[in-house]
Amino acid sequence: MNFINSGSMNIRTVVVVGILASCLAGTTANAQDKLNVVTSTEDLGSIAREVGGDKVNVTALAKGFQDPHFVEPKPSFILAVNRAALYIAVGRELEIGWLPPLLTSSRNAKIQPGASGYLDASLNVRILEIPTGQITRAMGDVHPLGNPHYWLEPGNGRLIAQAIRNKLSELAPADKAYFAQRYDDFDRRLAAAEKRWDATMAPYKGTKVVTYHRSWPNFMARFGLEVVGYVEPKPGIPPSPSHTIDLVEEMKRSSIKLIVVEPYFSLKTPQAIANQVPGAKVLVLAPSVGGVKEVTDYIQLFEYDVNLLAGALKQITGK
Amino acid sequence: MRVRRSCVAIVAAALLGPAGPALAQTADAQALQQEIEQLRKEFEAIQQQYGERLSALEAKLGVQGVPAPATTQAAPQEPTVEVPPGAAGAGGPTGSLPIYGTASAASKIFNPDIAVIGDFLGAAGRNTVNPSPALEMHESEASFQAIVDPYARADFFLAFGPEGAEVEEGFLTFPTVPGGLLVKVGKMRAAFGKVNTLHNHILPWTDRPIVTNNLVAGEEGISDAGISVARLVSNPWVFLEATGEVYRGESEGLFTSSKRGDLSYVGHLRGYQDLTDNTNVDLGASYARGHNATGVVDDVDEGRFVTDLWGVDATVRWRPLQRAIYNSFLGRAEMLWSRREQPGGRQHAFGYYVSGDYKFARRWFAGARYDRSERAEEAALRDSGHSLLLTYWPSEFSQIRGQYRRIKYGEGPTANELLFQFLFSIGAHGAHPF
Repeated sequence: MNFINSGSMNIRTVVVVGILASCLAGTTANAQDKLNVVTSTEDLGSIAREVGGDKVNVTALAKGFQDPHFVEPKPSFILAVNRAALYIAVGRELEIGWLPPLLTSSRNAKIQPGASGYLDASLNVRILEIPTGQITRAMGDVHPLGNPHYWLEPGNGRLIAQAIRNKLSELAPADKAYFAQRYDDFDRRLAAAEKRWDATMAPYKGTKVVTYHRSWPNFMARFGLEVVGYVEPKPGIPPSPSHTIDLVEEMKRSSIKLIVVEPYFSLKTPQAIANQVPGAKVLVLAPSVGGVKEVTDYIQLFEYDVNLLAGALKQITGK
Repeated sequence: MRVRRSCVAIVAAALLGPAGPALAQTADAQALQQEIEQLRKEFEAIQQQYGERLSALEAKLGVQGVPAPATTQAAPQEPTVEVPPGAAGAGGPTGSLPIYGTASAASKIFNPDIAVIGDFLGAAGRNTVNPSPALEMHESEASFQAIVDPYARADFFLAFGPEGAEVEEGFLTFPTVPGGLLVKVGKMRAAFGKVNTLHNHILPWTDRPIVTNNLVAGEEGISDAGISVARLVSNPWVFLEATGEVYRGESEGLFTSSKRGDLSYVGHLRGYQDLTDNTNVDLGASYARGHNATGVVDDVDEGRFVTDLWGVDATVRWRPLQRAIYNSFLGRAEMLWSRREQPGGRQHAFGYYVSGDYKFARRWFAGARYDRSERAEEAALRDSGHSLLLTYWPSEFSQIRGQYRRIKYGEGPTANELLFQFLFSIGAHGAHPF
């Protein structure tokens, strides 16, 4: 291999000059009319769009059909976060596996935790399944601060929208009235839709279901269904033969006919369970906006899930 | 007379007779009363004793308990703070506010995130050149990570192994420096290539590639005390990051510093692009330079010899977003050139590795690696080898790995080994950079 056959001084000079040049090059962020908002999930992104309207540019890092615990902090995300004026996180340690290095590498002082451009959407919402007593990893991948899938409840959606409205008003005080009006409109539409969903789900109150992972407590509690078992023996642990057998027995015993699965899990085991329980069905629901193609915003999320669920329950219970 | 006395006696007996039990009753009642009084006194004494002991216990546990009975001096009522709505169970302090000078739960709030990662290695087979122990608790890494203040965060990684304890990395990061700069100060692994930046427990193999051992001083790699500045170079096409680092010049086995001015320098350029949502490619070019130890005679660096290193690295990732927990693939390759001045002239050595790691089930990975590298001090000797790997992840927090490794050493012998590894972590270890 031929090396550059000049003195060592030249190489050093080249490297130093190169680094200096790259430091001097590169433009600073242009003043933008729209606020750049980056969110961890598409649900927060959808609510941010509802409240922010034309005044925000929203980017969601995790896709709705992706398991939000396991997102990779890619350098392309670093670029998105670098340009953000506001970062909205789900919190409750949902993003603990990937968000911190992203924020540290973002070179953006505005969105560091504690700064004005960082919003943890979980601070004032209704959180379920906050563990008490001694918590260890023998319980699986347990969330010590409560269940982080709290957006699956329209009431919490309202609270998240309020927090976003307040934060956007803080960052862009000139548009405060606009955000307030957008929030009121969203609130109205959500309230009207909630009446419809409650009416659709009313006949099925108290029905027992099984879900794959513990992503549904808020949704099920809101619409009156009861989750009595999980396909995973413990959170984050894949299904085991012994647990699956126990689950099949339980489903037969208590006449449970529905298994709800998120789109990022394999349907092999749920299907096998459903085959062994007479009349049982596997249903893939959307846990997030974008979880299936049709779910394009937050209200659509419940529209889709509630109608699909009601349809399946109608077949099962005959009501 | 006798009759009268007897009559009186009889009458007296008759009169007094019925009163006998009553008297006896009174005597009994009085005795009972006294006994009850005695019991009550004893009971109150015991109650007071137990009350005092309970309060002492509760004070020890720091629990707001039943106030001591009124007979003893009541403990001052401690002020309490309400947990904000929605934050219950968030790990924040609840109940009594801290009293300065006593141990309280609140002081633990600012404790760093602590984790310990164990790396247990085993080896079987035949290696006459560089044998590792049959069983070894190779390394326990304790990490302490926390935010220092609104301007910086600190990360410490202490490594404990059979050779002793050392600070593997301990550095301050400033994420909010203007100008798109990320500044790190402290002891750290230099940003040279990819493998050099990785801690042992993050590697997809039980060992480091031969090129790392031959040209970059092994497990330690380029690891030194210094300052690192990394700048995001804005452009519309790719993620581009330029890093410049200056170090003390002491990197065990590679660089040596005999004068204050004998620093070592590392430069790195990284480009990254998403090819699709599921696939991405990461390319890098690196340069490092420092004085080596071959010219040192009697603690004086007579020779003033310098080692230059050039490297290029490429990483390809495929991770289908919807099935990411079941399938993914990671491919890595690095090429390194070393130019080492030493008595007798310069040695130009070259080495590389290519590796792939494929996730074929939720908890299973299969991998392979090919290595080939000349030696830094003697480029005529070339080692080559290949490995096959299988890794099982019982959970995110532990791994069991088996590696079949075959190395043909430059001196002649061939080593065939089966290596196995248990990796396990406790505590809250922060996520590593991508």
